[in-house]
Amino acid sequence: MSGSDFLALSPLIALALTPLAVMVSIMIRRSHWAAAAAAIAGLVVSLVLLGAAANAAPRQVTPLIVVDAYSLFYTGLIAAATLAVVLLSYGYLELQTINREELYILLTAAAFGSAVLASSSHYASFFLGLEILSVPLYGLIAFLAARKRPVEAGLKYLVLAGASSSFLLFGMALIYFDLGAMSFGEIAARLGGASFALVVPGSVLILAGIGFKLAVVPFHLWTPDVYEGAPAPVTAFVATVSKGGMLALLLRYFYSSESRGLSPVMIVIAIIAIASMVTGNFLALLQDNVKRILAYSSIAHLGYMLVAFLAGGSEGAAAATFYVTAYFVTTLGAFGCVTVLSTRERDADRLEDYRGLFWRRPALAAVFSAMLLSLAGLPLTAGFIGKFYVVAAGAAASIWALIIILVVTSAIGLFYYLRVLFVMYERREPEAPEFAVLPAAGGGALAVLAVLLIWLGINPGPLVEMIRAAVAALI
Amino acid sequence: MILLWLIVIPIAAGAVAGLAGRWSKPAARWVSLAAVSADFAIAVALWVRHAGTLSLAGRPVWIVEWRREWIPEFGISFHLGMDGLSLLLVTLTFFLGIVSVLVSWTEIREGVGFFHLNLMWILAGIAGVFLALDLFLFYFAWELMLVPMYFLIAIWGHGRRVYAAVKFFIFTQLSGLLMLIAILALFFLHHSATGVYTFDYLALLNTPIPPGTATWVMLGFFIAFAVKLPMVPLHSWLPDAHTEAPTAGSVILAGLLLKTGGYGLIRFILPLFPDAARAFAPAAMVLGVVGILYGAIAAFGQTDFKRLVAYTSISHLGFVLLGVFAFTPLALTGAVVTMLAHGISTGALFVIAGAVQHRIHTREMGRMGGLWDTMPKMGGAALFFALGSLGLPGLGDFVGEFLVLLGTWPVSRVLAVLAAAGVLGATLYALRLVQRVFQGPNVHQWRLPDLNAREALVIGAMSVVLLWLGLYPQPVLDAFSPSPAVAQQEARR
Repeated sequence: MSGSDFLALSPLIALALTPLAVMVSIMIRRSHWAAAAAAIAGLVVSLVLLGAAANAAPRQVTPLIVVDAYSLFYTGLIAAATLAVVLLSYGYLELQTINREELYILLTAAAFGSAVLASSSHYASFFLGLEILSVPLYGLIAFLAARKRPVEAGLKYLVLAGASSSFLLFGMALIYFDLGAMSFGEIAARLGGASFALVVPGSVLILAGIGFKLAVVPFHLWTPDVYEGAPAPVTAFVATVSKGGMLALLLRYFYSSESRGLSPVMIVIAIIAIASMVTGNFLALLQDNVKRILAYSSIAHLGYMLVAFLAGGSEGAAAATFYVTAYFVTTLGAFGCVTVLSTRERDADRLEDYRGLFWRRPALAAVFSAMLLSLAGLPLTAGFIGKFYVVAAGAAASIWALIIILVVTSAIGLFYYLRVLFVMYERREPEAPEFAVLPAAGGGALAVLAVLLIWLGINPGPLVEMIRAAVAALI
Repeated sequence: MILLWLIVIPIAAGAVAGLAGRWSKPAARWVSLAAVSADFAIAVALWVRHAGTLSLAGRPVWIVEWRREWIPEFGISFHLGMDGLSLLLVTLTFFLGIVSVLVSWTEIREGVGFFHLNLMWILAGIAGVFLALDLFLFYFAWELMLVPMYFLIAIWGHGRRVYAAVKFFIFTQLSGLLMLIAILALFFLHHSATGVYTFDYLALLNTPIPPGTATWVMLGFFIAFAVKLPMVPLHSWLPDAHTEAPTAGSVILAGLLLKTGGYGLIRFILPLFPDAARAFAPAAMVLGVVGILYGAIAAFGQTDFKRLVAYTSISHLGFVLLGVFAFTPLALTGAVVTMLAHGISTGALFVIAGAVQHRIHTREMGRMGGLWDTMPKMGGAALFFALGSLGLPGLGDFVGEFLVLLGTWPVSRVLAVLAAAGVLGATLYALRLVQRVFQGPNVHQWRLPDLNAREALVIGAMSVVLLWLGLYPQPVLDAFSPSPAVAQQEARR
């Protein structure tokens, strides 16, 4: 490996070293503050190194990892989102009396796995990234072991994630058996023109593994329970970082291995997208728990992203990437609000916890409203531009049926967002206002996310340009 | 630049009022009043400055235009433009804006800051709709009206306010999404024809569209506007929303929000899809007449003061639909005058309904009767606006509806006759309203304070405007005449 290889890899290396740094800080002295600071420092370093790596990109480093504008964009997104989760976790864990520091080891390790996924160009790195991401998640979900639900959720995730990994491996094995190649580029070269018996079944099995992480129908069954059971900041992490890395991989794999040409697989993805939009939005209507509502809504949102993926071409990939970014900001913000409202005993996930919130804590309620409106796709928010971009990409590709389903189901989605929204503005009998102090770290992160949300909603131009440049590496 | 101010001032004032309301309720009210007054002054100044040029033939259509790149990646620009039609409706917007701030002065006691934030943002959204010359910006403004209106109904409304608010939201949002698809379809059709990605209205005007596609795209727009208008059978959100909203909400809903539908028909449907609109016109006219008759009959059957007035809106806006799709200059002019006059007369009836409800805490007309004894000024005002609503010559509504009927006659006599029957129905419901509420014996022994100075000011100003529209509508007709000329010209192409 040459010097510029190392330079290109430097953000990933920094991410890989971050959990070790946190470990060392715990070994020296167990201090919540120091552990969080080590995690933040590592993430910031990795974000800073992105600039240096961009100078060395695009570059294939070993057959496993490719560093280009696209992977760097997602790596940055993942690191920034993890940073937000760390900030949110800090205030949340301050309330807990258990050993808190290990959370940061697991978080940063999982973030590393997700970034590897986003940079992988080979089945081996794909699988390694997936497992580096998954294994810390088991621990993260069950982190508050004193409560009942987290353990149950963690166990559920463990079993289902294990099963999906084996599907994935089997799919890879089938394709390898037929083609004799594991790197995406070589798969594309060997697929060219000829037809192979096992490639389609193999791709569908791989899709099952990807679909599990993305929590799209029919691989979504774990989602509501894990979202509900996991501690709120971890839920934010599961909803964003873990899905974002996998979506990056999905785009990369299908674009660079020419698997988009496999029409049966694309039909399967279309069915998955439709089922996710319909199921996610309809089941969210039936929920009373804010975390479960957000869980089902995230299923629907991943369905929207698949529509952009199906639109294809550079605009489809750009729309999907923009949507992921908007979804990151929005979801982190929404779960951030849940996080800062949570108490020592339980997470603020009942609708009741939000009743009249606006009259007690207007700023927080305003932030949460903005996030919900963005999820619903109303203007002035990033979510609107994201949805607009997806619909535009779909319209350009003339996949009208999918677009109409997207529009109709997202109109249904309004119902449950409005429900939460209205509860917050419901008048309560006058009572003493609460002067709960927001944790500084979490509050700061929320403020930044809210500003970002509105900024992207009003002036998305620069980000769109950046994303277009990034996905150009993909085509 | 001046057009940008029309939108920015209310947005900024709303933010200031929202913050100020936490410490001082009067401050929030005064800030809002100052903002809408300033915007009204700007609109009137524009009108006065351009009054001489508006009526001249051969003038450029846009009296003021402002354009900046916004999101060039998608071909979106921040493009505002004002012609006579926009000017009239923007003036109406801020006139009714002043009215709605004043009528909320004592009605809204809780969450005053947030109330004015919502009020100002709705007005900004409405002004944006009337001024936008970029379809993306138009959609943006269209949606901007929505959420604050939802809050206005859901928080400060009466009775079944949540139901009404959600119904309103779902109807308008779903139809808005259909419009978004239609806008995007137009965007891509334009691109495939010219190779340029743009949302600019003026560029899209000249898009060649295959006839079959044009009908579908037009329907996307039409449904969005028809829900707002509202056209029977897409009207069912209106009686609930109007009835449960606070007074200011009802005034804005009836006076302005419905007008965005009529405006959209004139500004977008006719020029963008002239042939498809012409082919669709008979159906639209029939639906318009159905709305006129249905609204009148349903209004007659109501026992709730505000609900009755809400149904009269359906009837009046039927004239707008009829007038727009009659494709004659007279009828189109009539449609615009009807929009303005309806904004004033129905707005005023909602102000009176709100004032009555504020005093006796019910809207049931069975609990009223003989209120003239105790509130003679209010009774007189109610009679005045009811007469306006039934189309008494000399008041604004008459001019509008008469022109619509006149313009429809050469196109379809049957529809003109049926629509005229709707005017007859208006006589019945308007007189019945006055009779049940204000005349007869004061059986419930109400002793109520009459109009106070603030209410008298609002009502007085509205009556003057209605009289002016009825007696000397020429300035309005002048202001508007270039725009329908353009629309007609486009339609004939």
